[in-house]
Amino acid sequence: MSKEALYIDGLTVSFGAFRAINNLSMIVKFGEIRGIIGPNGAGKTTLLDVLTGKTRPRSGRVLLDGALDLLALSEAEITLSGVGRKFQKPSIFEALTVAENLGLALRSRQRSIWGEMVYTPDEGDRAHIQDVLGMIGMKGRGDLSAGKLSHGQKQWLEIGMLLIQRPKVLLLDEPVAGMTDEETERTVTLIRALRSPERAILVIEHDMAFVQEVADLVSVLHEGRMLLEGPMERVRADPAVIEVYLGR
Amino acid sequence: MTAILESISREIQGKGGPARRGLAAERLAGMLVVAALAILVAGTQGLMSPYVVNLIGQVATFGMLAIALDLIWGYAGILSLGHGLYFAIGGYLIAMHLVKVAYLQTGTPPDFMLFMGWDSLPFYYAGLENFPYALALIVLISGGVAFLFGLISFRSRVSGVYFSIITQALVFVAMLLFFRNDTGFGGNNGMTGFTTLLGWPIAAPETIAALSAASVLAAAASLYVCARIVRSRLGHMLVAIREDESRLRFLGFETLWIKIAAWVISAVIAAIAGMLYVPQVGIINPRVLSPELSIEIAVWVAIGGRGTLVGAFAGAILISTLKVVLTASAPELWPFILSLLVIFVVVLLPNGLLDAPAALRGWLEWRRQRAAS
Repeated sequence: MSKEALYIDGLTVSFGAFRAINNLSMIVKFGEIRGIIGPNGAGKTTLLDVLTGKTRPRSGRVLLDGALDLLALSEAEITLSGVGRKFQKPSIFEALTVAENLGLALRSRQRSIWGEMVYTPDEGDRAHIQDVLGMIGMKGRGDLSAGKLSHGQKQWLEIGMLLIQRPKVLLLDEPVAGMTDEETERTVTLIRALRSPERAILVIEHDMAFVQEVADLVSVLHEGRMLLEGPMERVRADPAVIEVYLGR
Repeated sequence: MTAILESISREIQGKGGPARRGLAAERLAGMLVVAALAILVAGTQGLMSPYVVNLIGQVATFGMLAIALDLIWGYAGILSLGHGLYFAIGGYLIAMHLVKVAYLQTGTPPDFMLFMGWDSLPFYYAGLENFPYALALIVLISGGVAFLFGLISFRSRVSGVYFSIITQALVFVAMLLFFRNDTGFGGNNGMTGFTTLLGWPIAAPETIAALSAASVLAAAASLYVCARIVRSRLGHMLVAIREDESRLRFLGFETLWIKIAAWVISAVIAAIAGMLYVPQVGIINPRVLSPELSIEIAVWVAIGGRGTLVGAFAGAILISTLKVVLTASAPELWPFILSLLVIFVVVLLPNGLLDAPAALRGWLEWRRQRAAS
């Protein structure tokens, strides 16, 4: 296994004349938790859109695990090849139970439409669902209707739905937005626990304190370009970053 | 009966968990099988008037239509305002079969041949006197049309109200086509003059009873199949598409094929309903393709309650029975009654009449609390 989970080279995304991402290059290694910060319109969410196939770039290359060209794949293929994305607002299926949500995300093998109709979860599948329920702190709550969960629990459930797919790259878009301090604290613990040598985690967040707590390295985006990359202490002290965040 | 009502009200209140969804539908399917046998006996033994037996059979095919629509609208959130198209495909093909059989038996050409001055039936009637062939065509053509339509519109990610409008436009275009007299489908007069079905005289009480029982059985089978689907993982996916389709896509599912599968199953059920309906009314004309019928199906489902199967079926039975009774006794009042019912349900019971017990309990509770304070 290559050490590079994500290799992004010369990425440019334009919406008409506007360049949302401008010649961006970065490398995220396995085992790393990378924070991505930047003011509104810096291109953070657009970057996730490109990585998950929602938006097509004008130019550039994106490789997963050093070999797989993500830009050539469809949204579903990208997910199946190991990129999981947590959306900004909780995106779970409220009409289903917690366990059913996790069960939908669980794909032990490809199945046909008929296969899906007659599928019943086997021992391994059920155990896996229970494992993830434990990880996201919802042991014994599998039968709860997902619509009745609190905001924080919904966010954790969505992270659980990604985890159950055992992703190589986990993309988290503002995972603690709208959370109480206590919920944020638990999310920090959860994300730290997700660190693994087979996984890279990208966290987009406005909450600097949160990023400092979870991220090894921070990339600062500004107007679609990479402004700075480094540990949080250095980023915080950098005059250019202060200028971008506070200057206007 | 009470067991069903209980499980329904449990489902509505979210008790018992979504895992139990569809159980009530399976029980109702079982009851319908018994009902079908009873109708067969009562109809053949003269215990029930052929008129009533025939009416039950017709209403059962409407129930099937509602079940078909509920599968895609109530579960997958895809509203079709053109399901009359698939109903008509089944209806027209069985009518072609019956016309061909009648022509071969009596030698009397169907009306449309006479007024078009044709001396033989068009080439696409070839082989249609063979019932299994006609049945196969009904499944293949309705499924095929649905597949193509689904592929084109779901691929280009047409959804919501735009999709509904396209389904409506398609059924309207089909109606204009079938109103033409030179298509070989009877034009505006439609097709009638059926003599026998599978060798049985079509107006005999035994045939009427058998057709009615077959319709109720087919409704039971549709309920059972759809209930199995909505309780399976495929059913969870349909609900997931309704709730947040792009989330499901980002979980790695190609939602296109899931939607097409549900759409095709729904269309085939509607076509089989049409196939059973036409021999029972003895005629088909392009009015089955009018947008009104297609919208009426959606009204049944909305009034009965979406996403429970049982609700849709009950809505269809209730409204179409009411319609038969009221259009006979007070035809001028029917549109007003239907409109009022729709407004009542939309305003007070957004989940349809199946919501009524829970809503009533909530209202009583509210009154008691107000009286106490």
